Amino acid sequence: MALRSTKYDRQLRIWGEHGQSALERAHICVLNCGPTGSEALKNLVLGGIGSFTVVDASKVCASDLGNNYFVDWDSLGQSKAKTVSAFLHELNDAVDAKFVEESPEALLESNPAFFSQFTLVIATQMQENSLLKLDEICRQLNVMLIIARSYGLAGLLRISVEEHDVIESKPDNKVEDLRLHNPWPELQRYVDEFDIDTTDNVIHKHIPFAVLLIKITQDWKRAHNGKLPANVRELKVNFLTITARRRVEEDEDNYTEALKSAYVVLFPPEISTELHAILEDKLTEVNASSPDFWVMVAALKQYIAKEGQGEPPLDGAIPDMHSFTDYYIKLQKIYQARAEADVTAMVGHVSCILKQIGRDSSSIPRTTIKHFCKNTRHLRVLRCKTLRDEFSSKAGPELQRLLANEESSHPALYVLLRAVDHFAATYNRYPGAFDGELEEDVSRLKAIAVSILNDMGGGGVALPEDLISEVCRFGAGEIHTVASIVGGIASQEAIKLLTRQFTPVQGTFVYNAMSATSLVLNL
Amino acid sequence: MHRWEYHICNIHVVTFETLTWMLHSTFCLQRLSMADQQQQPSSLLSSRIDDGSGMENRWRDIERLLLRSGNLVGPGFEPGPELREALQNDFRVLVIGAGGLGCELLKDLALSGFGHIDVIDMDTIDVSNLNRQFLFRIVTQSFHLLIDFSHTLHYYLVSAAKHEQSVAGSHALRLGMQDVGKPKSEVAAARVMQRVKGVTVIPHFCKIEDKDIAFYKDFQIIVLGLDSLEARCYINSVICGFVEYEEDGSPDLSTIKPLVDGGTEGFKGHARVIIPGITPCFHCSLWLFPPQITFPLCTLAETPRSPAHCIEYAHLIQWGQDRIGEYFDADNPEHMKWIYDQALKRGEQFNISGITYSLTQGVVKNIVPAIASTNAVVAATCALETLKIATMCSTGMDIYMQYTGTEGIYLRTVPHDKDRNCIICSPGVPLEVDKSITLQKFIDTLLKDSRFKLKLSKPSVSYHGNNLYMQAPAVLEEMTRPNLQEQLLRLMGGETSDVLNINDRRLTGVLRVRVTFREGADTIDMDTAGT
Ligand SMILES: [Zn+2]
Repeated sequence: MALRSTKYDRQLRIWGEHGQSALERAHICVLNCGPTGSEALKNLVLGGIGSFTVVDASKVCASDLGNNYFVDWDSLGQSKAKTVSAFLHELNDAVDAKFVEESPEALLESNPAFFSQFTLVIATQMQENSLLKLDEICRQLNVMLIIARSYGLAGLLRISVEEHDVIESKPDNKVEDLRLHNPWPELQRYVDEFDIDTTDNVIHKHIPFAVLLIKITQDWKRAHNGKLPANVRELKVNFLTITARRRVEEDEDNYTEALKSAYVVLFPPEISTELHAILEDKLTEVNASSPDFWVMVAALKQYIAKEGQGEPPLDGAIPDMHSFTDYYIKLQKIYQARAEADVTAMVGHVSCILKQIGRDSSSIPRTTIKHFCKNTRHLRVLRCKTLRDEFSSKAGPELQRLLANEESSHPALYVLLRAVDHFAATYNRYPGAFDGELEEDVSRLKAIAVSILNDMGGGGVALPEDLISEVCRFGAGEIHTVASIVGGIASQEAIKLLTRQFTPVQGTFVYNAMSATSLVLNL
Repeated sequence: MHRWEYHICNIHVVTFETLTWMLHSTFCLQRLSMADQQQQPSSLLSSRIDDGSGMENRWRDIERLLLRSGNLVGPGFEPGPELREALQNDFRVLVIGAGGLGCELLKDLALSGFGHIDVIDMDTIDVSNLNRQFLFRIVTQSFHLLIDFSHTLHYYLVSAAKHEQSVAGSHALRLGMQDVGKPKSEVAAARVMQRVKGVTVIPHFCKIEDKDIAFYKDFQIIVLGLDSLEARCYINSVICGFVEYEEDGSPDLSTIKPLVDGGTEGFKGHARVIIPGITPCFHCSLWLFPPQITFPLCTLAETPRSPAHCIEYAHLIQWGQDRIGEYFDADNPEHMKWIYDQALKRGEQFNISGITYSLTQGVVKNIVPAIASTNAVVAATCALETLKIATMCSTGMDIYMQYTGTEGIYLRTVPHDKDRNCIICSPGVPLEVDKSITLQKFIDTLLKDSRFKLKLSKPSVSYHGNNLYMQAPAVLEEMTRPNLQEQLLRLMGGETSDVLNINDRRLTGVLRVRVTFREGADTIDMDTAGT
């Protein structure tokens, strides 16, 4: 076990022991093990998933030696699924490796129940028709699905799950909830103990900035009929000047911090639009079969209306503040105590609701509720359209709008990558498969792409000619670097789904390797 | 495109098209000269192209890009089999770093068709590398089963036990995979050569500074997979130092070596292309790197408030006081445990909780979280851009790509400009001086200028290859000493604006200063000069 924590040290620092355990419980199925599939799986095997199963019917051939790292010359002519599984297994012997020498398409027909054993399926390099079937099966079996496609210098990626709830979304810019504009009685009592105009210079420079801002705000309110600074200008011009004037020496770091954080007085964190939508979601009308997540959201709603007076529970975390140790520790304890009290209030709401819906009132443990309370401002709910809905989408006007933009390559690649599958269904090969027919293929592909756009209700807008001929030039090639990027991103999204941390991509991710840029389309 | 147009590009924002065109022509020249030198038959790999072994399809997918003409390609792109053969035989790419990015880069470049790769890394393999550095491994369990269900699909669970095969176990034994402690560069090179036939990977187990600067001249492209800013800056100044400039300030194309750089932290990363002398170098855009977090010593010593404060106190202050004369080694478990124990004690004393061994390691070693997926994305982006620079087979990215995977997925490019005051890559950092200034006064001025003073200790000055003043060796110093009292303007033949080369032992490359003389005898405020 010591080896395990050392081996995974650099990722445990990101998703923690509980994230790692979630990975270790996961059974992943990868459909087709070309470079896109095997690169995706490589990253997951290194990360320490529980087990994987590779499904691929093909034999290792010459072209695999030019784009896939997990085959070698000795394996020419042998099962690709077996070869890739064996080489991947070498990377981490804590992972169980399995393979099935059958085509994913055949398996979908012969044994749909096969997919029920997996936590998540990653479907690579599959065509529209099979994907539709796979999506239906996975939805039925409640198995998460990621679709990844590398095509020449372009790529597509899409998650398909009915609903995915995230408590620990770990956003890059976490808002600090300090309640400086509205301190609760315990915090106020603490603030009142300070004389911020003390003549003791050592104390003066060690008063935590939270105390400075609460005091100065209260002085301001007294002088302005109980009102906060009216706008940013007033904050900048007057409030900051008043704050800076109280500074005795230039090197008072607590004042530097106060000036930097003064804006939170005027702009305390609000309930984000995402959280607002979650609170208004119809699933907050809970019943006996509601998931714990929605029971806690329903409780959160009650908390905000009652104890919170419009605010969600305090998370209790405070930033470092230049001050004496004991000043800071005491302040920290005041915030933690308030957070703990909020958890207690939430536990009350949760058990009430559980009782109402006929469940054991203690069936959601306090630690779970506490974890939820620490993250309420950043809850995420991801819902994906079915592939059938996407493929029959009438989002043409949205595509038209995007295609009219100067940088229109991503929506165009989306249409073209769907068009190549229609092309293949018609001609039994991909555009650009033969050097001799490149020119004809360009006009064929264009006609198909235009008809896809028409079907979506987005006719009449031109696709960039350059891109159409480039897509033909690609000839369905699976370039190793592009596969490594698309597969890499697929494994990343898999990790986000499995650990229930961070925010998975919502929509269809389109990657343009020519410019190294991407766009997410919501169609 | 002619030189004068190029000059215009140089002072305006350079598009990828213009710069890649220039580089491409450089490569063509270099390739031709290489072909002259070594009239050798093509290697094992290209000789296989038509030998009927069925291997002619090996590079089918990438050859779609290399053999077919296209519309969205780099300027001067000439598709054809020569291009693939050039990748296989002529190009030499240097990968710096054989860690998380380096392992991926070697794989990606080998599978992009590059036939000659060198890799340099000073590190040995550690267990904590194994979650992403896939060329290294250890066997923790002697046997593991790979189960073949192909023919028993419908009896999946029942028949599992009957179909056990120890394929993976035998692979592991065959390759002898106890890698921990071995040099990264050597193991990585061996593994890639074993897997990808036809590629030659030469390992260098040393520091980048250990190599002669001439070593770096042997490569057409240098790809960086580093985690330290200092190492990046070192290579940057070496490569920028190679660039020679024409009189008009435009770089001599044959002296340019493109750098491709990648970096990652957790779910985020970047990839960028640096064409020294043309696009911004590292030093032009140091702001792209976040500042390092450091704590004021008085906080550590007097008012600790966080677990990290306690740990840094034990590390930076207590160790030196309690273990006098002992060199602290972060890789020594006993040393790390000592720091952890002391930090815990200090935490207890100050009522600070949350100090763990893992956090102690993280703070002391400044550990950056790292995962396989981000490394894969960033390295492959770097390798693909390397291929584009080498072949022009597609349009290139706009200088700097940012990758974010925490909230959704974003890949976007962020163009930015060269800093004309950059002391590393400017064709001449502008400096205005009095007409009457002597060489001695000029040197004093340099040493006072805020832009240079940290980089200079004892500068030597030369002008168009003539030594105006040399600090060493003693003979030359003595010979050039009389110049110190001469007027600089006269030493420069009366040119009222021209470039002087400054050398100093603190500099890796050369510092170019464009001196412009102005009328008047007043001394000037050097901190604002040239800005
Ligand atoms: Zn520069």
